[in-house]
Amino acid sequence: MASNAGISTLSRQRIVSAWLFLTPMLLVLASVAAYPLIRTIYFGFTDASIDLIAEAQWVGFRNYLEYLDYGDGEGEYFGLLVDADWWRAVWNTLRFTIISVFFETLFGLVIALVLNREFRGRSLVRAAVLIPWAIPTIVSAKMWAWMMHDQFGILNDILLRLHIIAEPVAWTASPDTAMLAVLIVDIWKTTPFMALLILAGLQMVPGDIYEAARLDGVGPVRLFRRVTWPLIMPAVLVAIVFRALDALRVFDIIYVLTPNNERTRTMSVFARENLFDFDKFAYGSAASTLLFLIIALLTISFIWATRMNVEADER
Amino acid sequence: MTFPGWIKTSAFYALVSAIVLQAVFPFYYAILTSLESGQSIFDVNYLPQAASLANYWAMISDGVFGKQILNSVFVATVVVFISLFLAVTAAYALSRIRFRGRGLLLLTILSVSMFPQIAVLSGLFEVIRAFGLFNSLWSLVFSYMIFTLPFTVWVLTTFMRKLPVEIEEAAIVDGASSFTIIWRIFLPLMWPAMVTTGLLAFIHAWNEFLFALTFLSTDSQRTVPVAIALISGLSEFEIPWGNIMAASVIVTLPLVVLVLIFQRKIVSGLTAGAVKG
Repeated sequence: MASNAGISTLSRQRIVSAWLFLTPMLLVLASVAAYPLIRTIYFGFTDASIDLIAEAQWVGFRNYLEYLDYGDGEGEYFGLLVDADWWRAVWNTLRFTIISVFFETLFGLVIALVLNREFRGRSLVRAAVLIPWAIPTIVSAKMWAWMMHDQFGILNDILLRLHIIAEPVAWTASPDTAMLAVLIVDIWKTTPFMALLILAGLQMVPGDIYEAARLDGVGPVRLFRRVTWPLIMPAVLVAIVFRALDALRVFDIIYVLTPNNERTRTMSVFARENLFDFDKFAYGSAASTLLFLIIALLTISFIWATRMNVEADER
Repeated sequence: MTFPGWIKTSAFYALVSAIVLQAVFPFYYAILTSLESGQSIFDVNYLPQAASLANYWAMISDGVFGKQILNSVFVATVVVFISLFLAVTAAYALSRIRFRGRGLLLLTILSVSMFPQIAVLSGLFEVIRAFGLFNSLWSLVFSYMIFTLPFTVWVLTTFMRKLPVEIEEAAIVDGASSFTIIWRIFLPLMWPAMVTTGLLAFIHAWNEFLFALTFLSTDSQRTVPVAIALISGLSEFEIPWGNIMAASVIVTLPLVVLVLIFQRKIVSGLTAGAVKG
């Protein structure tokens, strides 16, 4: 009995110290994440402007949707929910996310399969593959902006020499190619990340499975479809979800590579422009709130879908 | 559909070369451009034609750029130390002590790491102005906690959970305090994990753009990503590409070297946290 009581005092002490250890971190997270988030949502329901944040007045849903009656039986809707620019930004973001994540997964898979094979110089190749990941996003955007320069860019030079294009392309400035330019840079920069995550999944596949398949004379394509893919699919799915959540909030690359271009303006860029450039602080806050809602819904469904895995880790 | 071995081998090596070429070429070309000066920048070259350090000298003697590098070093270093300190203690509590609500807490921390930065931007702007931190480097130290802290806590918790129970049992029986246990028993074992997470947090803080663009307003306070993004000429035709490439190489080279040295550790840290740098 006595020893039982002793253990429970001990474990109570340990629980107290656990909360003591957690408090500083939780306080920081509350003041840097929870409180600002609540304030952002609140500003979305006010008429706050950047210099008069303190005098913000509650205006209800006006930033989201408002019907302005002109008095003669006619009227018009205003607000974020009927703002064509906002919906274009939503569409741009979704398009960017789907296309970039698709190609990053595809190329990442190819690179991972290559790196998973034994060959001479493999560690050098892996080091080289990591380089785009190590370069800051802003720097990669600038490097590519220079390579994509319409007059002096090396990309046009290469494509002209190969007769793929007939005349120089203004990659970042032309509305038709701006999104393509952004996608090229993002896919180039982020494919290493996908390759590494998929490679980690591949390395968990036991080698004797391949040995057995080789003895049975299974071809490489069938081997991949029947054996490798089912085994690495969970890792690939997690990687895709992380990347997609990241792509949905894309900002830097677009802000630097194609500024003020409505064909590439994403939700984050739209929100920041309204917050700090157009003096529409409340409107920008409303846009931030909607972006948060979209990402929160996706995150919750992801956590719900992989709940099993989190609990399995607990044990 | 069977090809002779040598075709397969050369196809494989062709693929490998293509992979290496696309990964390395843009950085190679940035270095190449940064070493050219004057009008020769506007001739497209595939191989180095010049080795002029004029662009580097222009950036370094500028004065502000040196200060901006120091700003970035200061912010990233302080962020790493504060978040590691907070994360080690929190990770100990989350991994070694059983208490109610632990799973929920872990999920909350994980979901904070998915927060879109833009969603807290206007609220953070208010907080930072209220604290009088606007245009101060401490605004970045403070705001960067939103992404470094969840990540370090998550990775260190996963790492600590894998350590066997026995290592702390004796200390608990001896009546050692939890702080002593962390300091004397766990810290020596955690160096590898802390180096990895610290390095990833450093890279993340070094590269951050949105907060740095928003919370700092004068040139001498800016960090390097914003500084590079804002280098411009008098007109579209006078953008100093040579200077931009020199600055890019200066801020990227240390990162590339670090990543290559620590590549194995970084790969394991990335897969544990699944966080993009």
